[in-house]
Amino acid sequence: MADAAKYDVSCASSGSKRKNENKGLGNASNGICHTYTEDGRCVSLLKILLTNHCIFDCAYCVSRKSNDIKRAAFTVQEVVDLTINFYRRNYIEGLFLSSGIFKDADFTMERLVRVAKKLRTEHNFNGYIHLKSIPGASDELMQEAGLYADRLSVNLEMPTEEGLKLLAPDKNREDMIKPMHYLKNQLILRTEEKKLFKKAPLFAPAGQSTQMVIGATPENDHHILFTANHFYKSFNMKRVYYSGYVPISNDKRLPGLNTAVPMVRENRLYQADWLMRFYGFKVNEIVNDSVPHLDLDIDPKLSWAIRNMQLFPVDINKADLQVILRIPGIGVQSAQKIVKARLFSKLNWENLKQIGVAINRARYFITCSSNAFERRDLTGTNIKQFILAESQSKYLKNKPAQLSLF
Amino acid sequence: MTAVFEIYARKLKYVKMLPNGTYSGALFTDELTIVTDENRARRVLQGLTKKIASAGVQRLYAAHLAEILEEDNPIVGYMRYVFDNEKNIEDDYGNRYVLRVSELVRMVRREKHRMEAFIRFQKLKDETFYATVDPDFNVLPLILKHFRKRYADQKWIIYDTRRAFGLYYDLHQVEYITLDFSEEGVGKSIVSKYESDEGIYQVLWKEYFKSVNIASRKNNKLHLRHVPKRYWKNLTEKL
Repeated sequence: MADAAKYDVSCASSGSKRKNENKGLGNASNGICHTYTEDGRCVSLLKILLTNHCIFDCAYCVSRKSNDIKRAAFTVQEVVDLTINFYRRNYIEGLFLSSGIFKDADFTMERLVRVAKKLRTEHNFNGYIHLKSIPGASDELMQEAGLYADRLSVNLEMPTEEGLKLLAPDKNREDMIKPMHYLKNQLILRTEEKKLFKKAPLFAPAGQSTQMVIGATPENDHHILFTANHFYKSFNMKRVYYSGYVPISNDKRLPGLNTAVPMVRENRLYQADWLMRFYGFKVNEIVNDSVPHLDLDIDPKLSWAIRNMQLFPVDINKADLQVILRIPGIGVQSAQKIVKARLFSKLNWENLKQIGVAINRARYFITCSSNAFERRDLTGTNIKQFILAESQSKYLKNKPAQLSLF
Repeated sequence: MTAVFEIYARKLKYVKMLPNGTYSGALFTDELTIVTDENRARRVLQGLTKKIASAGVQRLYAAHLAEILEEDNPIVGYMRYVFDNEKNIEDDYGNRYVLRVSELVRMVRREKHRMEAFIRFQKLKDETFYATVDPDFNVLPLILKHFRKRYADQKWIIYDTRRAFGLYYDLHQVEYITLDFSEEGVGKSIVSKYESDEGIYQVLWKEYFKSVNIASRKNNKLHLRHVPKRYWKNLTEKL
């Protein structure tokens, strides 16, 4: 059953703060990846489907109705036993439970909630539980799910409504948005309650997240990131996950079976996502009508800097943290270290290198306490060439082209 | 700590810390053997708590647990830098001792985090969950709290095979223990002490590990970076 659930990307087990009370089992406060698969992804939660029976026929999904695979289902007790025993052996941080649709949304959702309820109430389990909410499930069930789970998520599946219509004709976007709205309002309500009464029950303390498949439909990065931004802004999402489409079917509507997984593109999207969440970038600074695609050769921050050469060079010893965060080659931690360390003495290249700044990229954009700095009047294209020439991309061997031809 | 006390008591200027018996003599140098003195160490610790935040003292302790040869020098250097300065120097990453200590802390804490992730308990007949580890640094004192909190309702043992001591939780408190392997033969005959369904769950876990992999996205380099080979011997899914 894990075979089908593996395409769900969320693995986060962090962001919650459930404590172990009365000598129960487990707690959920920090993200730990217990192992990593051979494709390099973290395994933190026991990620399974309750069943791969499904009444829907979504072209991109392995469990689709028309796909000829063996169908099976877990009982509630089986999932509970498996979770407890894996958890006790320190294999996992908790449970990620999703499901194909049995009969209708409520019937399926009710079973998911029962697993969570049993774990929490009968086994005093305080580990992490992530429930996938089934689009179209009733508000009462969502409410109950929120009381037992740490995080709830509804899959957006496709970045745009047209894409969804094309590949998942049984689903509609309205059904997905509705529970998100409900969750958002509940989350706000509960936080208010929590402020007033310390003992108010936890309601999905790790918030909600969503995911979308990329590379299956011809949306460009501009569409994708604007959608993501919209969900961060208006639904208080904790995370939006991007999943590069892994070819599993020879449906005419999809890229062929032999197309490569768009891994670089997925990576660039996550980089852009980070820029929006931690570096204070606005989405239209990263992509906009004139730059609809992220550059596959270089990271989105470098490509933003190259487009905005008039803002550089920046003096490391004087600039604000917000400005330093925007320099290519400097991460959040380095930026914070720089701001603290420069109170003691002016920083030079050697200091910056030791702090962990990627000098090969940063040196075109900064000056520091040293006579050596980039004096040539370089254009953005020059810099890109210099940086590409001295770095070896691990992806260069097989560079998949983005679907910009349609 | 005692060493730092001696440095100030004797007004020494150039100091190099060496493990006992490795001093080889050099021009214009003297050897001074330091024996830990609880009293003096406490005085230095008190001095430190006055100069830097308690989180900073915790960091120094973590760096000390790295137990790398010669790495006592930056730690002593750091403490001297603390005492020689009026203001709090914890964030002065331009100073080489401060930077080196922050690197050591990062190394030790990474190892601690890895241990929290990579420990695999095996359930024994007497309901005790047993795990062996072989960490690069002496991190058991650091992971104690995490496991006590998380597995409050089960007895467990975590044993460091390299340093030959372990932690034992008996449902009430955690104790440091040493096991005599020659007598009990725990290491070799551990399988015979398994609780009856231990084997099933190990097989299920291995199956799960295999099936969550997406073969078309294989990335062995990344896999190895996350799970270096030296940990594989204690990982159920990698056996």
